[in-house]
This record gives sequence, C-alpha cells and structure tokens, in this order.
Amino acid sequence: MTAVRVQAADFDPGDELAALQGAAGDRYGALASFLGIVRATGGVSQLSLEHYPGMTERELMRLAAEAEARWPPSMVRIVHRFGDLSVGDRIVFAAVAAPHRADAFEACAFLVDRLKTEAPFWKREQTADGPRWVDARPEDDAAADRWRTGQPPGEPDLSSAMPSGPKT
Amino acid sequence: MKLRYFAWLRERVGCAEEEIPLPSGVRDVAGLMDWLRSRGPHFAEALAQDGVVRAAVNLTHARPDHPVTDDDEVALFPPVTGG
Repeated sequence: MTAVRVQAADFDPGDELAALQGAAGDRYGALASFLGIVRATGGVSQLSLEHYPGMTERELMRLAAEAEARWPPSMVRIVHRFGDLSVGDRIVFAAVAAPHRADAFEACAFLVDRLKTEAPFWKREQTADGPRWVDARPEDDAAADRWRTGQPPGEPDLSSAMPSGPKT
Repeated sequence: MKLRYFAWLRERVGCAEEEIPLPSGVRDVAGLMDWLRSRGPHFAEALAQDGVVRAAVNLTHARPDHPVTDDDEVALFPPVTGG
C-alpha cells in the first residue's frame, strides 16, 4: 500500500524501510530509499519548515501514484517533516519497492526531484543575521523537468503552472 | 472565497488567510492577482514580479488561466523549497 505521512515528529528510517518491505511482499526484490538531512551551511543552525496542510498530503499522494503508475509494479512510502529542525535532523524519507533495482532507483529519484519542486513546503533558515527564507534553486527545477520528457501523452503537464521566472 | 498566503508572501501581505467575496470581474488566478495588486502597497509589492508567486486552487497547483469562483480556496505562495 502507498503510504504518505507529513509530521512534525522524527521517524526511524529503518522502521520505514521494514514497513515498506513488509507491505510490498516477496514479489519485490529491490528497495531504494532517499533520506534528506538538514545540512550545515554558512552560519545556519536551525530551520523551520512551513507547509500547506491538506495540499501537502495530496501532492505527495499524487506523486506517489504517478511513480507507481510509471514504474509498475512498485510501491511508494514517503515521510516528510515540518516545523523546527536543527542541523543533522532528518527532513524527508522517500522509498520505493520494485521487483528489480533499476525501477526502484529511478522511481525514488523521480519522487525526490519532483517533491522538491511541487510539494508545498517552504524553508526558513535561522542565521547569525536573522531569519531568511530559502530561495528556490534553478537546479531543482531542471532536476524535476528531466522527468517530464517521456511522460505519457494526456497527463497534465504542470510546468507552465510553475514558470521558471526570476527567483526572489 | 477563501484566500491563503504562505511563507514570505504571508509576511509581506501581513495575513495568513481571509474570506472575501469574489471580486467583480475576476475570473481566473491572473485576474485575482491583478485585483490583489490594486488593494494597496503591501500587495502590490509582494506580487510585483510576474511569474514568481505561484497559486493553488482547491489544493491543486493552478496556472494563471485557471478559473476561480466564490466557492474556491485559492492559495498564493513563493516557489516551494521542501525536501
């Protein structure tokens, strides 16, 4: 079963992998996962992650469903945190179970690239100079865009909903 | 209709959410943003650059030409930075 959670609390990546393996069953020979962690960068000690309750869960479920439809049979598990986080804290976990490794790796990369540009989260860093909203990065748009080519015709193309205009 | 604002847009307009009647003449997301710009300097400045602020209608990403009605929840926000 597809599983998506958005929560303030920490999680155990090992427990999440075990849960995915248990849910996927013995037809699935590969689990690939990504774990995102708050990085130590120039003077940033803490960050807080705002999100849009309701839309966040929907967006993550939509991306999970898209991955499962594109790499069948596969099964997705995503956990994303919000609220106050410190350097070294886990932010996001995304994992895919598939029969073979190539699909598991690809679907997992797809999930992370797309959620970075589509799931409604906003990072605010605490720096020595005060709080600062993190800018979106053009590299993230490019990473998400690479999964749009080869999309089956007729599926919604959201690229024009998210124009790559000037970032503030 | 319900309007919601997130991240730096929320701070700049000084409001997280509000209920307003659908402004007359507003039919889509772009029209709503034009109307908001006319409300005052906070809104005009926050929405100054075309293509920066994104929108969602009823919890789904929406293009500028997406229609809006009095029953909708419309959210405006900067490009997302999760993950």
